Amino acid sequence: MSDTFKLVVDGTEVEVPRNYTLLQACEEAGAEIPRFCFHERLSVAGNCRMCLVQWVGAPKPIASCAQTVGDMRMNPDGSPPNINTKGDYVEKARNGVMEFLLINHPLDCPICDQGGECDLQDQAVAYGRAGSRYELNKRAVEDKNMGPLVKTIMTRCIQCTRCVRFAAEVAGVEEIGMISRGEDAEITTYLEKSLTSELSGNVIDLCPVGALTSKPYAFNARPWELRKTESIDVMDGLGSAIRIDAKGAAVMRIMPRVNEEVNEEWLSDKSRFVWDGLSRQRLDKPYIRENGKLRAASWNEALGVVAEKLKGDASKIAAFAGDLACVEGMKASKDLLSSLGVTNLDSRLSGQSLGLTPSGEALPRESYILNPTLMGVEDADALLLIGANPRTEAAVWNARIRKAWLWNDLQIGVVGEPHDLTYDYMHISSDATGLKDLGAFGDVLKNAKRPMIVVGEGATVGEAGYATLKAAHELALECGAIVAGEEAWTGFGVLHNSASGVGALDVGFLPAEGGKSAAALFETKCSDIETVVLLGVDEIPMSQLGDSFVIYVGSHGDAGASRADVILPAAAYTEKAATYVNTEGRVQMTTPAVQPKGDAKEEWAIFRALSAMVGKTLPYDSAEALRSALSEAVPSFAGLNFAPGVAGAEALSAALPAAGGALTDDPIYSPVGDFYLTNPIARASSTMAECSLQKQTLEVSAAAE
Amino acid sequence: MAVRRFDIEAGGDSFEFAAETEDKISFWLGKYPEDRKRSAVIPLLWLAQKDNAGWLSEPAMREVAERLEMPYIRVYEVATFYTMFRLKPVGKHHVQLCGTTPCMLRGANDLKEVCKSKIGKPFQVNESGRLSWEEVECLGACVNGAMVQINDYYYEDLSTDSLAEILDKLENGVDVEPGNFVARERSAPEGDAITLIDSALYDGSVPTGISSLPNMPSEMPETSLKAAGKVTPAVKKAKSVKAEKVAAEKAVKAADEMPEESETQKRPEAAEAPSKGAADDLEAISGIGPVLAKKLNSLGIFYFSQIAGWGEAEMAWIDAYLSFKGRVAREGWIEQAKELAEKGKS
Repeated sequence: MSDTFKLVVDGTEVEVPRNYTLLQACEEAGAEIPRFCFHERLSVAGNCRMCLVQWVGAPKPIASCAQTVGDMRMNPDGSPPNINTKGDYVEKARNGVMEFLLINHPLDCPICDQGGECDLQDQAVAYGRAGSRYELNKRAVEDKNMGPLVKTIMTRCIQCTRCVRFAAEVAGVEEIGMISRGEDAEITTYLEKSLTSELSGNVIDLCPVGALTSKPYAFNARPWELRKTESIDVMDGLGSAIRIDAKGAAVMRIMPRVNEEVNEEWLSDKSRFVWDGLSRQRLDKPYIRENGKLRAASWNEALGVVAEKLKGDASKIAAFAGDLACVEGMKASKDLLSSLGVTNLDSRLSGQSLGLTPSGEALPRESYILNPTLMGVEDADALLLIGANPRTEAAVWNARIRKAWLWNDLQIGVVGEPHDLTYDYMHISSDATGLKDLGAFGDVLKNAKRPMIVVGEGATVGEAGYATLKAAHELALECGAIVAGEEAWTGFGVLHNSASGVGALDVGFLPAEGGKSAAALFETKCSDIETVVLLGVDEIPMSQLGDSFVIYVGSHGDAGASRADVILPAAAYTEKAATYVNTEGRVQMTTPAVQPKGDAKEEWAIFRALSAMVGKTLPYDSAEALRSALSEAVPSFAGLNFAPGVAGAEALSAALPAAGGALTDDPIYSPVGDFYLTNPIARASSTMAECSLQKQTLEVSAAAE
Repeated sequence: MAVRRFDIEAGGDSFEFAAETEDKISFWLGKYPEDRKRSAVIPLLWLAQKDNAGWLSEPAMREVAERLEMPYIRVYEVATFYTMFRLKPVGKHHVQLCGTTPCMLRGANDLKEVCKSKIGKPFQVNESGRLSWEEVECLGACVNGAMVQINDYYYEDLSTDSLAEILDKLENGVDVEPGNFVARERSAPEGDAITLIDSALYDGSVPTGISSLPNMPSEMPETSLKAAGKVTPAVKKAKSVKAEKVAAEKAVKAADEMPEESETQKRPEAAEAPSKGAADDLEAISGIGPVLAKKLNSLGIFYFSQIAGWGEAEMAWIDAYLSFKGRVAREGWIEQAKELAEKGKS
């Protein structure tokens, strides 16, 4: 039997794989099929009946989403089956379906948030009748509580069960279901408990009607008033593709864009709902601390103070880059500080051994990016996670791991703290010593054709961090995870949990010759340091900065700003064109959707202005010039939107420099404690605060049981 | 049907299966592979309902979910889908009143009024906690409608009076035997049988009067009858019955067509016709009816002793004469005749 099947759709002959559904085949032929319940990334339910088509010769219309092409038969004369997706027959069938769907659907489009982007609305216009023939009372359904993110108006629900299937299949938390039957059927969570998934917001996009809408966005705007900007998310190391919808100066909502290689079409709740944090706690003017109190100042004044400080002893100046720092800002600040002779630069604030060995030896780029790529997990047959909790560190990728586990029989082992990852895995040990003896998982890894070993940032922290990284790399070499040549496979990588991580290492925001690492400086509470420059650093205990003079460059008034002596306000990621490198080493750029708040400036411009004041003018006057200088210095910045993947196989085949220490039995913790509050924007968001509170309450009540 | 929700308050915080239920649980779990044990969700919910005074509480449902390692919502979906899982407390005796067409035609609507007056609204436990009721769809006892199911048993052929009496007894703690509430054996007619009571129906004395059967060829050729004897056993039986009937008719019509005599076929000796009443009742032989008896008489056969004296050849001749194909031997006429002849002597 051939692998493809021929059929004639509206007179056009197409040949499609036998496993296609008729709906996909029709789309292949260029026909548009309306649908509510069918979704490419979910299982087929076939319950909305909107996708009816005519199969010439069949007694009834066919639900094209549920008809596998390979199961169809030829016409009696042996010619390929004829399908009509247009015409009176189909129109009439869909018209009937639409009439039934609308029987109980309220006519509240004017007050519905889905209005203007509603599948039901659009399709009712295309296929519906002008009026209703239904004379009885409409059904009403009680609204359900689904937590702080998803607002429900359940009377609008048409029972497509997309949300049920999403929760069970993609998110891996079976919390939504359809209860009762017939006219009483309702979608609900169990006894109206909140959703506990980090991906719950996606049900809003999936809902074809206005039953599940965004709670924070409720009644804020209409889709046609919004300015839509395609950009990149910075809440985690994935760099998910997003669309920022803004009205005036405010970001109104954030939605995912399709990027098969990164986020498919999902988005984590943090990335989706963090937008209210963009208008709270913002630094909109420069501030200078006087007599213990911050006072607003002009840019000139503030920069003057900073310039004065930077002219001091370079060996007593240190600079740290935080989780949201963009490549341009780090490049400009590094160039300026290096020209002043400052060597104490670092972006690895938890003491990760990435980019440099503890003894200061440089490591290749391949040692700190996710070489197998995010998409690569779908090709892998064994996955070893070392000190990584993808559910909180890379929530969207966790759904992809789950997908591979569900459909490809991916086997997973975990070294490090055990968590509920939504899929089954073998827990090997809670500390790095498990790498010496993987037990049963050792055989899995050995027998795997494409093993994948992923080291979390948490595993590389501390004295034995580098030893762990090296041990993982050795294991990868040993089990054949790194293959160069035709069948190239690079099954070793690091999962970063911040948007700035890889970019900072690529730029070289690292201790220079003779410089001290962040960990070394923090240990002594920066006792030898007089001036500290923080590029959006808020996640470290500020006491570690000792008595130094702190210059904070960032967008939000958080821990760093309250400790700062001078605040230089910067633009947030929705307000600037900035480069970020995701954990795969994929260089991507954001697009400004709104203006920076108040007097805030892009970081690179701040350092460019500063450079003139300290007499070390930087050689670029525009962001473009900076970027071309950057791609000259670091070739990996030359190509956008591209993950090196297997290109790193050769570099990875060489052993990493020897480790000083041995593996220790200190437990490995994931650096992400509270998923919802990992960065200053999220901490400024009341939605995130609510989610965090909700999660804590759930955890407390679970612990009490 | 109304929206069904758990009665959270009445459900309390905990539920435990009764100790003796554990065996039943293992029985059901044993039917499915370990990784498919969620298949046992309906039997387990049913057992939980039994152990929880006839209704399913939220903790009971959770217990089932935990035993089957299922997410709560999945069990919740099942429990709310099937209306036989009751999510609110019921009385000690829960009445399920069938209201579907056959029962309705037999007075179910009147029974509803009885329930309303004796118990109250549907799904409401009465004051004493002993009774509650609901209307259900067909319980499959249409022939005995109107009927109710009380807990696990059927109470059938009810009238408003008998139902009221049952409910009164149950309310007062008196057990009522389930079953019919009119004089009737199961689904047999009320009182005595009124049809098919003629005993002649059962002794073969009433001619069938059937001259043709559906799909029967207008004329049954001899050869096809012979061939029919050689086909598969199941078909053979069916065909031979048909053939015998045809043959019997033929025999009656063509009384004077005598088969030829040969070494293997010999016409039995005829006796003198006895005076009226002296002949044996040949119909006493099972297999010989009035028609055949007449036929035999016409051959001069009047006595058991004559038949008892037949040999192989006579038997074959009679078979041929009557186109019986061995029926004489099959029905053991000779043995029967011998016995009857013995009896007659004594």
